[in-house]
Order: sequence, then structure tokens, then C-alpha cells
Amino acid sequence: MNFAFTEDQVMIRDAARSFLAEESGSAAVRAAMSGEHGFDAGVWQRIGSELGWCGIPVAEEYGGLGLGAVELVLVLEQMGRQLLCAPYFSTVCLAANLLAQLGSEQARRRFLPAIAEGRLCLTAPLDSGVEDWHEAAALVQANRKGEVWTLSGHCPRVPDAGAADWLLIFAWVEGERLPALFAVPREISGLDIKPLEGWDATRRFSSISLGGVTLPAEDRIDDALRLEDGLSRAAALTRLAIAAEQLGVAQQCLDLTVAYTATRKQFGRAIASFQAVKHRCAEMMVRIEATRSAVYGAAALAAGGSTTDAQAIECAVARTLAADTCFFCAQEAIQLHGGVGFTWEYDPQLYFKRAQASSHWLGNADALRERIARALLAA
Amino acid sequence: MNLQPSTTDEAFRAEVAEWMRRHLSGRFESLRHRGGPGDEEADPVLRKEWERELAAGRWTCVGWPAEHGGRGLSIEQQVIFHEEYARAGGPGRMGHIGEGLIGPTLIAFGSEAQKRRFLPGIVAGTEYWAQGYSEPGAGSDLANVQTRCWQEADGSWRVQGQKVWTSLAHESEWIFVLARSEPGSKGRNGLSFLLLPLAQPGVRIQPIRQMGGGSEFNEVFFDGAAAEAGHLVGKPGEGWKVAMGLLEFERGVSTLGQQMHFAYEFDLVVKAAQANGSAANPQVRQRIAQAWCGLRVMRYNALRMLSGGEGPGLKREALIYKYYWSNWHRELGKLALDVLGPAGDVVSDDPRIRPLQQLFFFSRADTIYAGTNEIQLNLIAERGLDMPREPRPTA
Ligand SMILES: Cc1cc2nc3c(=O)[nH]c(=O)nc-3n(C[C@H](O)[C@H](O)[C@H](O)COP(=O)(O)OP(=O)(O)OC[C@H]3O[C@@H](n4cnc5c(N)ncnc54)[C@H](O)[C@@H]3O)c2cc1C
Repeated sequence: MNFAFTEDQVMIRDAARSFLAEESGSAAVRAAMSGEHGFDAGVWQRIGSELGWCGIPVAEEYGGLGLGAVELVLVLEQMGRQLLCAPYFSTVCLAANLLAQLGSEQARRRFLPAIAEGRLCLTAPLDSGVEDWHEAAALVQANRKGEVWTLSGHCPRVPDAGAADWLLIFAWVEGERLPALFAVPREISGLDIKPLEGWDATRRFSSISLGGVTLPAEDRIDDALRLEDGLSRAAALTRLAIAAEQLGVAQQCLDLTVAYTATRKQFGRAIASFQAVKHRCAEMMVRIEATRSAVYGAAALAAGGSTTDAQAIECAVARTLAADTCFFCAQEAIQLHGGVGFTWEYDPQLYFKRAQASSHWLGNADALRERIARALLAA
Repeated sequence: MNLQPSTTDEAFRAEVAEWMRRHLSGRFESLRHRGGPGDEEADPVLRKEWERELAAGRWTCVGWPAEHGGRGLSIEQQVIFHEEYARAGGPGRMGHIGEGLIGPTLIAFGSEAQKRRFLPGIVAGTEYWAQGYSEPGAGSDLANVQTRCWQEADGSWRVQGQKVWTSLAHESEWIFVLARSEPGSKGRNGLSFLLLPLAQPGVRIQPIRQMGGGSEFNEVFFDGAAAEAGHLVGKPGEGWKVAMGLLEFERGVSTLGQQMHFAYEFDLVVKAAQANGSAANPQVRQRIAQAWCGLRVMRYNALRMLSGGEGPGLKREALIYKYYWSNWHRELGKLALDVLGPAGDVVSDDPRIRPLQQLFFFSRADTIYAGTNEIQLNLIAERGLDMPREPRPTA
């Protein structure tokens, strides 16, 4: 048993840290936020083709790097820290993850190599609850006639849908027990993508409506045999990814606060020297390190292979802690910045908005705790 | 990162479990899960015999080097030992101050003669130790120690003053004491670190009753109490260095064993909630899940600590650990009593209730001893975040 990072893992993390500090600083984030799709296409291009990050979790047989949850978490933490605006999360943590965990062999061959090479942008619903996309599927009906599927319904909030080449959409099929997964190309009749103006402008969402979208049989992409297990595994990994980003958000809130309080003087001394301020920063650090342990632990468990149930609970643990820590730190950052913390100009508000928006992606902390309790108290 | 155990580790785990199964039985059966925090006074006579049973199996001081009577186990194997010990319900260790604090300190700072004199008694479970740091005027501000010591013409040392909150002094043969050897000195300077026998005319031990009813700690009065010439550790006047070195040993590999005990307590709370139906209460369910999250945090945090982290200095995960576990434990105590409800208000011998009451009361001390919450937060801010230091007028 060894909990230390390998040299390669440290290298990936450090590379992510320096690239994102360079390309996703406050000014860059603010510029990207107000662009057409909400990200800088050039940076996204470099992430995909130059840095190869889209291939991190994709298996080598599909052209990826074949790395695991640990490497992915390390990169996502840095992305959260810098509030990277890019469809990375949608493409890799949602779509590639769903394809890998529950996609048919044919679907994996069709999409994963292009994703790994950074040539394709995909997305899937993120604004669902604790029931592993069952809630999202309940809003879309799929009917089959001969070789053609027809999809009708809506997805209230899909990230980066405006930029995606394909949307992975969950739907209910009459007579089936589990959600079905479909790949819907962006340019197709009956599909309406309506951009939403979110308070958190660092990740764009759109509402999607499907009015009788017809798809060939091959666009139903789930593998019936792996569906049940795959839904749970994919949801767990997405929660872990959200947690990793939230961890980065929380860390940045602390870093900003420590830096600001060291320079701001009141009563003739740096406000960082007041014990009330020190203790609140220390409390942030305690929660951040606790969350970090949970996130790294869940990632190590996922990377090492574990039962579906154990992985689901461990990732839910990481996700509840991360959501709470993230909001706590964002709130403390604003408070300890005083008046400037309430301005548009200073960055805490950006993190605060992300903290709140991300708090309910794939289930909020209360709902996930109830799910953990159910597992613990079942015996 | 790799969470998979190796096969040799698994074989060792089985060996410890098997030994515990065979030995923690018969006359030792009644010690299962006893003697932990808040329960230190449970059957001390039998628990000292249990220490000698452990010693006979060479299961004391397993992390010490072989030359000092230990097994020289790797960190991984020490963790396994502590885990299996706790999993089997191994009783709270009477010898933990010797094994965990003064022993490692003597190995690091002691003279050859001191090692030869004291280490074997700790390994064999025949000599027990108390920690004489705190005084009425020196708690969080430990450097304000006022107890004095001086050297007689024959080279022996004399001690005058008072210690307080001294755990298990009444069950110990020896005490290590931080005392001021340079008259007029202030703060960390001029202190010395001495080893004294407790059974002598110059020492008086007076129990202090704790909120849980027991008297696990004491006041210890020194009135010209004597220590042998050779029983000063380190150099005269450099006691602070030794005293701080000792505190470094306080956080260590036993943390994973401690967590096994926490997991056991957590299970007791869950069982109590299931038994009286409060497991259906949504708020209780939230708190149980929250407590579970904390257990997972502590496990992975300890693994991070033990795998060394990066770079020099006290790692972030190690810095937060004491604050985290003590506050977690305190909250578990409150949850336990909330789950029990009115049944928890009545003094009880019921094995489903008594341990939870102990947990509730004793966990109040967790955030006080070994650095209070507030002192921990100071340390975290100063060492972890490089924030300005508190004013230290005594330094
Ligand atoms: C069960 C138990 C067992 C113990 N066993 C031993 C033992 O075996 N040997 C031994 O030597 N000692 C022992 N102690 C003593 C323990 O180490 C002290 O109680 C502890 O260091 C706190 O000191 P104090 O009690 O004097 O509290 P104080 O230092 O007076 O603290 C009172 C309050 O003031 C706060 N405070 C103090 N200084 C600051 C500051 N700078 N900034 C902010 N807040 C501050 C504290 O956090 C606390 O909340 C034990 C204590 C307990 C409860």
C-alpha cells in the first residue's frame, strides 16, 4: 500500500498548474466568460492536441493515455482553481466517462479516439440528481419503429451544449428498467439548443428540447449488459470529477484570502495578524485538506478497481465534503476581503458563483448524505 | 498511489489477528474494547498483566529498532498491527506513554545508560510512565513552566513545584518532568528534562475528579523530590528541545489503530440508532452519513501522512490531523447521546449505553489536551499558511 504520488503524477499536476496559471488567469477567465461559447477556442485546442489531456482517462486501445482517476483528479483540481473555461469537463468527465463505463463497443470505437485526440467536443446532462441520471432520463421519451428511434422531451441544463458536436442524451424506453443513452448530433432537425445566461459564467449551460428527433439504431449507444453497473460507475466518477474541481475552487479561495489579508492593513497592522482572521483561514485549510484526503482516496480506490457499490459511496463522500468545503471557503473569502469581496472586480465572486452552481450537480450534499446513510443503515 | 496490500503484509495481518484471537481470551476476555479514552481506569491490574502477555509475544514497542527490544517493523506493518489490535478489541494500552512518548524520546535524545536502564522496562511492561508537563500556570503556554530543579553536590537533582492534569500518575512508577534549572530564566530557555521515580517521599499525588466521574488525572506535588545524576535527558538548560521532540512522537502510526476504535464507536452509535428507531430520523441520518465521511477522511489523511507527502517540514495533512480527529470525535459523542435520547441521561452499566456516555464525556477533553483547538488553529495558520505569529512575550 502506498499513498504517495508517482513521479509521473506529480509531473502531470505541475504541468497543469503552470499551464493554467499562464492561460487561465483572472483576465483570461473574464475574457472567455464573455465570448460567444464561453471559452477560448485556442486554449481548448491546445489542451486537446498539444497537452493531450483529453486522452488522460481514455484507454490505450481507444487511442488514449490509459491513465486513471488519480491523474484526472490532479488536473481537474487545477482547472477548478483557475476556473478554466473550456468544454473539458463536458467532453471528458461526462461524455468520455459515460462511453467508457456503459457505451457499447461500437460506440466507444466511434467516439473515444476522436475525443482522446481533442478533435471532438461532446456533452451530457449534468444537472441531474442522486439517482444516477434516472431523473434526466425521465424527461425524455424514446420510441423505436423499425430501425429508427424517435426522441421527444427536454433536458433543462446541459453544459457546453452550444459548442458540442454531439450530445449524449438519456431517455426512457417503454418497457425498459434503466435509462437508455443516445448520441444526438448537434445539427439535426427537431433539436433546439437554447443558451441560458447563468450567474456562473465560467461554465455555460443550455436548455435542450427534442421535438421528435429521429436517429438511426446505431445512435443508441449503451451496452445493455453493462448499463446498470456502468451508470453507477460513471456517476461516481463524474461526482469525483466535480469534487476535484471544487477542491481546487476552495484552495484558490484560501490562497486569495491569505494573500489579501497579508497586505491589507487596519488598526496599524496586517489583518492577517488578527487571530480571528488566522483561525478562519486555518479552519478553511482544515476543511480543504480533509476534502483533499477524501478526493485523493476516492481516486486511488477508483484507479485500483473496486466494487461498484464501494466506489459509489466513496465518491459520494468526496463529493459531499467538496461541495460543503467549496461553499464554505468561497463564503469566507468574500467575508475576509471585506467590501472589495463584494465587487465584480475582485475574484471571490467568481468562485462563490461556481461553488453554488456546482453544489447540486448530480446531487447536492444533503441528498448524497441520505444516499450514504441508506447504504450504512441497510444492514 | 496504490491501495492494494502486498501478500507479505496480508500474511502479517493474519498472524496478528490469530495471535489476538488466541490470547485476548480466557481471563483477558473481559478487557475487550475496555480501557480506551474515558475508560483508562478500567481494571488497571489486569491490563498491566495484559501488557506482559503482549510483551511475551513480542507485541510491545513493535516499531522500535530491534537493538532496543522492538521488532523494527516497517510503517506499513506497524499500521497493520495497530489496526488488527483495535479490530480485535484490544484494550487501551496502559504502556502507551512509555512506548509512544518517553521511549522514542530516549532512543533519540537519551544517553546509553538511560536507554539501558529504561527501555527494557517499557518493552517488558513492568514500568509505567506519566507525563509531567502542564502546571497551573503553564497549559497552552507550556514554556511558562515554574517548577524548579537544581543539582546537589553529589550530582543528583532535586525538584520543587507542582504539575497538574498528570494522566495515570497513580498507576505509574516514573514521571518525566520539565523543570526550570536556571533561576531567573524565562520561556523556553533554562529548562531541563528529568526522569523521576514517583514512589519517594518528596512526591505527593492527588487525584482530580473528572466530569465523567473518574480520576484518570492528578495533581503531582514535588517537594525536594530526587532524580539521579544520570537521569537528566539531553543537556541541562536544553529541556525544551527534548520536550518538543517528544511531542513530535505524539502523532504517529498508532493513528490508524485509533481510527479502528473510532470505527467501533461509530458502529455502536449506528446500532443504537437502529435499535431505538432514530435511524429513521432524517436529521440523524444526515449526521450519521457526515460522521462516516469523517471516518473516510481520517483514513485517507493518515495514509497521506504515513506515505511521507512531499518536501520537508510538517506536512499539511499532518498539521490538520489533531484538530480534525478531535473535533470529529467530539461531534460523534454528541450524536451518540442525541441518538440515545433520555436513556443517555441515566448512569448506566449497559454495554450499549456506557461506552457512548464515556465517548460523550471524554471527547470533550480531546480538543483540550495535546494542544487545544485554538492552539492548533494558531499552528495551522502560522506553519501551514505562513500567517503572522502570535505575540510571545515570554520568549
Ligand atoms: C484529559 C486530560 C489529560 C491530560 N493529561 C496530561 C498529562 O498527562 N500530562 C500533562 O502534562 N498535561 C496533561 N493535560 C493537560 C493539557 O495539556 C492542558 O490542559 C492543555 O495544554 C491546555 O492547558 P490549560 O488546561 O492550562 O488551558 P489554558 O491554556 O488555560 O486554555 C484555556 C482556553 O484558552 C485558550 N487559549 C490559551 N492560549 C491561547 C492562545 N494563545 N490563543 C487563543 N486561545 C488560547 C485555550 O485554547 C483554551 O480554550 C491533560 C489534559 C486533559 C484534559
